[in-house]
Amino acid sequence: MDDRRLMKGNEAFAEAAIVSGCRYYFGYPITPQNELTEYMSRELPGAGGSFVQAESELAAVSMAYGAAAAGGRVLISSSSPGIALMQEGLSFLCSVDIPLVVLNVSRGGPGVGGIQPGQADYFQATRGGGNGDYHIIVYAPASIQESIDLMGKAYDVAEHYRNPVMLLVDGMLGQMMEPVSMPSRDAYALPEDVSAMKPWAITGHDNRRERNVVKSLRLKPDELEEAVEKRGAKYAAAEQELASYEAVDIESAEVVFVAFGSTSRIVKDAIGLLRADGVRAGMIRPISLWPFPERAFEQVPASAKAVISVELSMGQLIQDVRLAVNGRFPVELIHRTGGMLLTPEEVAARTMDILEVK
Amino acid sequence: MTQKVLMAGFGGQGVMLMGELLAYAAMLEGKQVTYMPSYGPEMRGGTANCSVVISDEEISSPIVTEPAILIAMNEPSMEKFEKSIAPSGMLFINRSLIRRTPLRQDIKCFPVECNELARAILSEKIANIVMLGAVICASGIVSGESVGEVMRRKFVGKKSKFIPMNMKALTVWSDHYEDEKRQ
Repeated sequence: MDDRRLMKGNEAFAEAAIVSGCRYYFGYPITPQNELTEYMSRELPGAGGSFVQAESELAAVSMAYGAAAAGGRVLISSSSPGIALMQEGLSFLCSVDIPLVVLNVSRGGPGVGGIQPGQADYFQATRGGGNGDYHIIVYAPASIQESIDLMGKAYDVAEHYRNPVMLLVDGMLGQMMEPVSMPSRDAYALPEDVSAMKPWAITGHDNRRERNVVKSLRLKPDELEEAVEKRGAKYAAAEQELASYEAVDIESAEVVFVAFGSTSRIVKDAIGLLRADGVRAGMIRPISLWPFPERAFEQVPASAKAVISVELSMGQLIQDVRLAVNGRFPVELIHRTGGMLLTPEEVAARTMDILEVK
Repeated sequence: MTQKVLMAGFGGQGVMLMGELLAYAAMLEGKQVTYMPSYGPEMRGGTANCSVVISDEEISSPIVTEPAILIAMNEPSMEKFEKSIAPSGMLFINRSLIRRTPLRQDIKCFPVECNELARAILSEKIANIVMLGAVICASGIVSGESVGEVMRRKFVGKKSKFIPMNMKALTVWSDHYEDEKRQ
């Protein structure tokens, strides 16, 4: 018998966090990710964890800051405007090198916007919506299974780099259902001695070691510079080690799409339509958005007539595409926004228009 | 082979459950499957629809713009989606609520008296299962056994008492159809 489970994205993200050792969730309801909050409220206490519905997103991220500083595996989730409210906390967590996993089930914006899928939080996620020199490591899964796999990875990466990691998905992935293989809840053994695994964690020193102090304020400029430079070296390592992508048929492509998350699935169908019309199309799908997989673009063949960024925003991903292409190819944009989705037919038709002009 | 199904009706008719049961059954048959609900400020009486894609291969887009099978549970749904049906596709019409006839000549139409057939078993609450039964019988997209297995897995504990009437609803259209043919 088939051991796959049919799961809704939002519920799968929640269960994936639990099987990865998450025992603390703080949240405030917002569509289109409410099934996750509901699932955590139902499942986390039974798994030995704590669920708190905070009074606001700012409170949620601050509670997460505390639980993560104490060495717990913590998840916070929200959707675009809620994630905007959490930016202060993310900047603070980065300033004290505390790991955390954040999920953004994004929607149309700006402001409260709408509740249909959107990708206009690309800048917010990759450029940092808070203050100061910091980065959030960002992954953009394209299927529910990949979300589950990346959730486990996100916790490991967050703890290795001692930095928040974001999973950026959208309402489409949150709301849809797909068959998935979910690890069991005993797949990850919770550490018996948190302070041995995380010597920086605030676990109570019992006069057996020096006090651990987590504080963001550094009034002496030379000390602050030293801390920021040290963190900069960490980010430089992350850029070398974490950039990941999927390449689809780019070897002999005359047009190369760049798309992430749910949009990349629509582009895959568009590639099939174009191939039927004799157009050789391929795709670079960034799996990590920060660090951006620039090296993938070295594979774009000289025969390519255009690199096309396909996104549900007015053109944000395209900035990283232009930097990676570095003038070697014309870079074009195919987009929808406001919660409207692209169809494969629309992507194929607009690509033909672009190629005709070339 | 990839099959794309779109089902639509008003909120409360069980359109989402119908899609979920179909997707689950296809998964049990070892297929790749995606289920995508419309979501939004929907409520009972508003419109609801969902897309199910079933394939032997990896599925890219879960969005269905040209369904091979359209299930219309109410008249506004048929009006909205009839034109999107793929050439020589199938249209299942809830005849209990839809009086108008289809405009398309190039598709196969299956009128199903969902509400009356459901009432004869229990109540209109299981009209969605009556329709699902008609769809799997006429299209063969999944087997009745698979849907039965899904019900046994989903309706557990106190809900298990609903299994017999739902199993009956699943075959009532095909039984009825057979009876008519015999007459």
